[in-house]
Amino acid sequence: MIPSDPSAPAIRLRGVSLGYDDALVVDELDLDVPLGGTTVLIGANGSGKTTLLRGLTRQLPLRSGSMSVLGRDTAGWSPREFARTVALLPQAPVAPEGMTVEQLVDRGRHPHRRLLGGRRADDTEAVAGALERTGMVEFAERRLSELSGGQRQRAWLALVLAQSAPVMLLDEPTSYLDLAHQLDLMDLVRDLPDPRDPSRRATVVMVLHELNLAARVADHVVAVHGGRVAAQGTPSQVLVPEVLADVFGLDADVTPDPLLGHPVVMPRSVADRRTGRITPLERAASAG
Amino acid sequence: MSVVSLHAPAPDGDFHPPEPVGAEARAVVTRLRRRAGRRVVVVVLGLALLLLALMAVRILLGRYTVTVGDFVAILGGTQIPGASFIVLEEKLPRAVIGALAGLGLGAAGGMFRRSLRNPLASPDVLGMTHGAAAFAVGALAFGQLRGIQMAAAALLGGLAATAVVLWFSAGTRRDTRARGIGGDRFIVAGIAVAALAQAVVAGAMLSLSLHDLQTAAIWTAGSLNAASWERITMLGVALLVLLPVAGWIHWAMAPVDLGADLAHGLGTRPAPLVLGALVTGAALAAVATAATGPLAFVALMSSPIALGLTRGRFSLPTTALCGACLVVLADFVGAELLGVTLPTGVLTGAAGAPLMLWLLLTNSRRGNT
Repeated sequence: MIPSDPSAPAIRLRGVSLGYDDALVVDELDLDVPLGGTTVLIGANGSGKTTLLRGLTRQLPLRSGSMSVLGRDTAGWSPREFARTVALLPQAPVAPEGMTVEQLVDRGRHPHRRLLGGRRADDTEAVAGALERTGMVEFAERRLSELSGGQRQRAWLALVLAQSAPVMLLDEPTSYLDLAHQLDLMDLVRDLPDPRDPSRRATVVMVLHELNLAARVADHVVAVHGGRVAAQGTPSQVLVPEVLADVFGLDADVTPDPLLGHPVVMPRSVADRRTGRITPLERAASAG
Repeated sequence: MSVVSLHAPAPDGDFHPPEPVGAEARAVVTRLRRRAGRRVVVVVLGLALLLLALMAVRILLGRYTVTVGDFVAILGGTQIPGASFIVLEEKLPRAVIGALAGLGLGAAGGMFRRSLRNPLASPDVLGMTHGAAAFAVGALAFGQLRGIQMAAAALLGGLAATAVVLWFSAGTRRDTRARGIGGDRFIVAGIAVAALAQAVVAGAMLSLSLHDLQTAAIWTAGSLNAASWERITMLGVALLVLLPVAGWIHWAMAPVDLGADLAHGLGTRPAPLVLGALVTGAALAAVATAATGPLAFVALMSSPIALGLTRGRFSLPTTALCGACLVVLADFVGAELLGVTLPTGVLTGAAGAPLMLWLLLTNSRRGNT
């Protein structure tokens, strides 16, 4: 196991630049991802969120700057050692045809296998635990292609859980899910334990497009704009009209959720502001 | 112990540490793994026995039958007039070289199938065997090279075709390079090289003498006629080197099945692995082709048959053994069962072409590329 410094953030980036060929997408970015809990990256299309995530998985090499995970500089980590610490669920992943849920989840154990090694008892334990936590035990034998969208996304999450990494990166895990399944998945993600210390929550970094979902699930929100961190803090600190205007060019009102207290973003168009219209339905509701 | 970190979330009262893994989940996973592991073992053992049976049929039966007793005696060194020569110089070498070439082609198909994630990706569709044929016929036409020298030219041709295809398909942008060789680009480049190589073969054939034309025609159709202990030794040594390398790469590629992003996430470097798989696969196909001539579609057919037998689990020994069984069977049918003697490659081609069409149809119906 990698010795980790408990007072260090889960991930620390200092002066990190990332890009493709001539295009610099992330420019001299500093970021601390707190240890434990859910950090959500938000930002407009092309703001550099996905590039940043690629940098966090070391899929893109750092152009400059440094990255440390659990207090240790990541330069010189072997890919397999890194994969035992940081897991990734990419956007819209594709499994080979005919693959069953159990076969998929089993792939999560690859970074733990020895050269040409077979399966061991801790592999069984991790796969069983991941299936159980995601509620997929009864679907273990089923092919992925036979599952509903919500079940399939749970199977992919189980793959990431089987990897037993204390830091998990999820790239838009709720795309293609309906609202009920989005909430379902987010509640599951929120309750994930740290595999190295199950008494505390795992560190999850997610890219989310849906701001109200982000506000509901996040402990910490990082708004990315132009390859830099534009704002970060709790959902109530970041999801304010000024930040939304800067980062998304979005005019919005923000109000606390009456039950849970997290901010709720209500986007406004120019026409909304001009007319201040209330729909016939709302008028009927306020009259009744 | 207080955890001091920037913006640490407030301790969450809702969070409960997880329960230990339940017995039911553990039982389900244990049962599924035992079953899957058993299945692959049974399939590999079954195919190995089938291969031995097919080789026995090839050696003992046919127009000239040999009794088991005579065969054992001949292997023990007893000279039986006529039978000794036919067994040691004809039937046994054919069966052995067929099995070895089939193992190489099957393994090559397995490497291409897994690394390119496409059922149509196979060295005999993507120009490797065509390149080998072009160099072999070219060597005969322009260099007057025959026999082993022609085989060496074939090996060189297979590797040259691979190099050209890789060079065309490797992206120039850093992003594409980091993500690995694009499957589609590789396939389009392969088809172009295959077409070019076929044109070279056709052109070179025109300048051959009548005698050499026959040699070239038999060689390009893929035949085990040239089986000799010298070729068997060379192919055997090449396979002894290449198959373990292929086995390791095939194992290490397991995360690549899930795409480049997840392969990275699971701690592999997909680009060098895929490159290694393609080079090893092409070398396997090239050494097999150098020994026997191109045996059409053996590599292409082996992987879907193997995947069917293992229920979708990639297994290199299974794919290799499927290739070996196909070649030995095709050689027996072509040489002994039909009224005319047909080169082995003609039969494998006849069996493989409908399969390729079926793969094309099912593949496009699913909307994959």
